[in-house]
Amino acid sequence: MSPLLPSLAELGHLALWMAAGAALVMAAAPLRPALVGLARPAAIAHGLLLIAAFAAMSHAFLVSDFSVSLVATNSHTAKPLLYKLTGVWANHEGSMLLWVLILGVAGLGVALSRMPLGETFRARALGSLGIVALGFLAFLLFASNPFERLDPAPPEGLGLNPLLQDPGLAFHPPTLYVGYVGLVVAFALAVAALLDGKVGPAWARATRPWVTLAWAFLTMGIALGSWWAYYELGWGGWWFWDPVENAALMPWLAATALLHSIRVLETRDALRNWTLMLAIAGFTLSMLGTFIVRSGLLTSVHAFAVDPTRGLFLLLLLLGLTGWALLVWALRAPKVAEGARFAMTSREGFLVVNNLLMMALLAIVFIGTLYPMALEAWNGRQISVGPPYFNATTVPLIVLLAVLMGLAPFLAWKRGTTTGLSRRLLIPGIAATAAAAAALALLGVSGLLALLGFAAAAWLGIASLQLLLRRGLTFVRAGTALAHLGVAVTILGATASGALQREALVSLPVGDGFEVAGFTVTLEEVAPRAGPNWTALEATLAVGRNGAPVTTLRPQARTYTSPPMETTEAGIAMWRAGDLYAVLGKPDGSGRWQIHFWVKPLIHFIWWGALLMAAGAAVALGGTFRVTALARRRRTAPAPGPAPLPLPAE
Amino acid sequence: MARAPASPAPRRQRLVLAGLALVAVIGAGLIAIPALEKEATFFYAPSDLARNPPAPGARIRLGGLVKEGSVTREDDGLTLAFTVTDGARETPVRYTGIVPDLFREGQGVVATGRLGPGGFAAEQLLAKHDENYMPPEVAKGLARAGTTGAAGPLHETRTLAE
Repeated sequence: MSPLLPSLAELGHLALWMAAGAALVMAAAPLRPALVGLARPAAIAHGLLLIAAFAAMSHAFLVSDFSVSLVATNSHTAKPLLYKLTGVWANHEGSMLLWVLILGVAGLGVALSRMPLGETFRARALGSLGIVALGFLAFLLFASNPFERLDPAPPEGLGLNPLLQDPGLAFHPPTLYVGYVGLVVAFALAVAALLDGKVGPAWARATRPWVTLAWAFLTMGIALGSWWAYYELGWGGWWFWDPVENAALMPWLAATALLHSIRVLETRDALRNWTLMLAIAGFTLSMLGTFIVRSGLLTSVHAFAVDPTRGLFLLLLLLGLTGWALLVWALRAPKVAEGARFAMTSREGFLVVNNLLMMALLAIVFIGTLYPMALEAWNGRQISVGPPYFNATTVPLIVLLAVLMGLAPFLAWKRGTTTGLSRRLLIPGIAATAAAAAALALLGVSGLLALLGFAAAAWLGIASLQLLLRRGLTFVRAGTALAHLGVAVTILGATASGALQREALVSLPVGDGFEVAGFTVTLEEVAPRAGPNWTALEATLAVGRNGAPVTTLRPQARTYTSPPMETTEAGIAMWRAGDLYAVLGKPDGSGRWQIHFWVKPLIHFIWWGALLMAAGAAVALGGTFRVTALARRRRTAPAPGPAPLPLPAE
Repeated sequence: MARAPASPAPRRQRLVLAGLALVAVIGAGLIAIPALEKEATFFYAPSDLARNPPAPGARIRLGGLVKEGSVTREDDGLTLAFTVTDGARETPVRYTGIVPDLFREGQGVVATGRLGPGGFAAEQLLAKHDENYMPPEVAKGLARAGTTGAAGPLHETRTLAE
């Protein structure tokens, strides 16, 4: 590049400032009727400028431009190309840049999509997006500038944390951020509706695709994170109730409640204020999630930034944005007219109960996540709240939810007609009883919660399949059935992998073996291995069953060179829908090796269920677009038009 | 949830919904608070144990530095004995299982388990995640005892579930 031209990184920095200018215009446009026309062009410019800024940063990572401080501290010339690119967001500044990029693209979506609610409404929604964007851009530009330069540029970068060099993790943040941003859009549409005072089916129809999208991406983002933690951290678990996991789970719970209440609003024009409140709660929890993860307040692999000024800036941003959201709701909600009434045994009634249970779950997770922080701030006592608390409190509610989920889709809207319901629920009921009995008698499961888990999975799974096979299948119902089936599959995976898990912890010399749950495991060899940027000790474990070989596991104790770090690479092999999972301990000089070996039946169902949930959302979303396309075709089709073309007289 | 089939006046339905939401949140609180009292684990540095010992048999987290030269392995090849120190006091710890990647003498560690007559029986170990970091709880525990450390990410391992 010619020295006379500014570098691409400088142009990216400039684009970021200009995007902040465009966001200011977006925020100001709804204030004056004369300015409303500026909202769309500003949102389009805002989106394109952020795409340009992100492209400039990606370029700097791809060509290893170490004059950019962020590249120098997080990348390395020897890193594989994929991880150079994903390295853009595998750090604090870059991940915030990705966040605003997705917000910008969502703004483009709102600006360019069909808007039956009118241009003033669109300008108001874009105004809210502009305010959020302005807050985050200010945070980027003033407190964590990704385009900061180094002069002179170092000859080589410091490299990326090896735990983050992984395909599962590479796509976990973008997926989750699409979910968060989808909830921000739902919130912006809710604020516009509050200002307009027009909350009804038309608003719900315009908002539901965004909520569905957000929910699908949050589901996938959480599943990817859980899958990564399972196979990469080598701890043998798939959910740790870590505050960072809870930070993503809470917006998901709010989004789930919102997805169901917005359906009531769309179909029956009921639950108006309730739905708006959930949209605002979803946004607030997304902000809280971003704050918890990005502030460095918590210790986890996610805590890149341990800089207190950044944490303070983010906290003020969070308080400002949520305070504003709640203020709009408090001021405008009383003016929203009451929606339609319904009986509690109707489908609406059950969706309300779903919402209440979601809210209770949310409150339990919220208390467990934030109480330790609050207590420490209050009196300095340090406590930790872990799986024993969360499992004891949430599992019974989840079982109750599963029971109601199997039932609700068969109920009629508005009025409770329960005729035919008992006949329909007979088969799921039998399946649930059979599943619990089989688990007790054949598999030797004795825990009450585990038996309930098997029963709930069978009940919900069979009821959802029935829903899928019922006549008159619509997109929305197929989506509901698939998503509910996904929940059943996940419950089955979580229950079985927990209740039927078997493990062994042994210390043995090479050549020896052990037995666990019908598997014979032999330690055949422990040998050194080398990769592109690591060396390792690798154990070779031959696994057999009934005298026949099943698989070979190769767990490693790895040492990375740049940055220097030791990691445990679990040896994992799929067996049926479950896993055989082995971890190798470090050498202790005794000539024996420590092996922790697990058999985890059906554990893959956990993530397959999440895939089904997201697929269900995609099907429901497909239905929305098909309906929109039909409506458009009907409007533009000439045949049934009100003003027929004058035909030549014959 | 019982309700007369005749629909109530609109204003009442809104009130009922608000009331139900309140009941859900209060119900969640009623489930959460006893569970929190039962399951939350308090953090102790060795000096805290001496000053203000936990209830016998209570599950706690013990944090500090692994004392140099204190780590020994027992004959089964799996059980580890070591001493956790905060510079002022020491507590002996036993743990059966694979230790976290960065468990080392002279480094920070947090052990979850119970205090018994023979010392601390750990069910789970957390060690710091890279060379420059220390669990913040340990850093604060050390600060209380007059020693210093920096904060950062963790790595953990557990013993057998049974």
